Amino acid sequence: MHEVGIMQEAILAAERQAKGRGATRIHRLKLRIGQLSGVVPESLEFAFEVVGRGTLAEGAILDIERVPAAFWCARCQREFECEDFLAECPGCQEPAFELRRGREMELSSLEIS
Amino acid sequence: MCKDCGCGQGGEVRIDGQMAAEGHHHFHGTEPAHHQHHHADHPGHDHSHAPDEADAPDRRTLAVHQSLLDKNDRLAERNRGYFQAKGLLTLNLLSSPGSGKTTLVQKTAEALRGILRLGVIVGDLATDNDAARLRQAGIPVAQITTGTVCHLEAEMVARALARLKVDELDLLVIENVGNLVCPASYDLGEHLRVVLLSVTEGEDKPLKYPPIFHSAQAAIVTKTDLAAPCAFDRQRALENLRRVSHHARIFELSARTGEGLDAWCGFLQEQKRKLAGRP
Repeated sequence: MHEVGIMQEAILAAERQAKGRGATRIHRLKLRIGQLSGVVPESLEFAFEVVGRGTLAEGAILDIERVPAAFWCARCQREFECEDFLAECPGCQEPAFELRRGREMELSSLEIS
Repeated sequence: MCKDCGCGQGGEVRIDGQMAAEGHHHFHGTEPAHHQHHHADHPGHDHSHAPDEADAPDRRTLAVHQSLLDKNDRLAERNRGYFQAKGLLTLNLLSSPGSGKTTLVQKTAEALRGILRLGVIVGDLATDNDAARLRQAGIPVAQITTGTVCHLEAEMVARALARLKVDELDLLVIENVGNLVCPASYDLGEHLRVVLLSVTEGEDKPLKYPPIFHSAQAAIVTKTDLAAPCAFDRQRALENLRRVSHHARIFELSARTGEGLDAWCGFLQEQKRKLAGRP
């Protein structure tokens, strides 16, 4: 829901990195977005169009890697994937407490020149 | 609702009605000043930026691995260190608009009078109505008006802290903007996240807004005095809360009648003792 702000942070971070390496263009941004991060990739793409204008990343390709959510069941000592917060361990059918992956919001890499 | 959500522009963050020294930190790629700067740096640049290999022989990949909430998270950690050093138990109070956050804060402060000194930072898009209400009840309060921003951020809290006599407080309540979505992503440096569910909202709120309920350390069912007229299904609500907010201590209370307030205030005193390292 706050994808515009998140995208602004991504571009700000990307520009800082690119300028630090003497680059004048960003060709590609790769983001890692967890399935349970609360951020919608389609909204990020839309926001990128708008907030990327006039930056080094204007016209760049935006790659969004979705990170599936995984929970840990302490009872069964196993990890399992689940698409929502109502995670039940497939082994013991008990609710799992520990979200191990799926909340990521990360700028993972850039292609610059 | 807010520019973060991509719907609407304008508005500034104010603390107790005064413009913040530095504005909201969000970066605006379309600001004219930035544009001019960019063009000055790259005269004649046509801005086409087609991702074409041929025109960029020195094109290279750079691994970054930076959290997009990095800045807020760092400031939140700074706040957390400050709260810890001051021994100030800090709550981030979250709910949809109208769930009874302000009434709960007021009644909690009154119930703890003489035991714990409570101060409040309250966030809203506009008006200082909540702050005025609390101030009238003799509670120290700093109001943040966020303009169009739908959540509080760690930096706003840090600035609002300067408005409170922190050394005279034992417990700080940060009453977040009424919103069950965006505030979930923004750590403020609090010790405890507390989420409210009023009986007037229906039993399935935790299922509809799981991220915020999942992140809470305490969940409070409020307005229990209205449960009967609302045909509130208590069992189902508690079941839903336990499914999503499974780490959370659950309370049921009516701030208006005072029913259930003791257990909540007891919990706060227990948390305060824990923070001070006393059993």
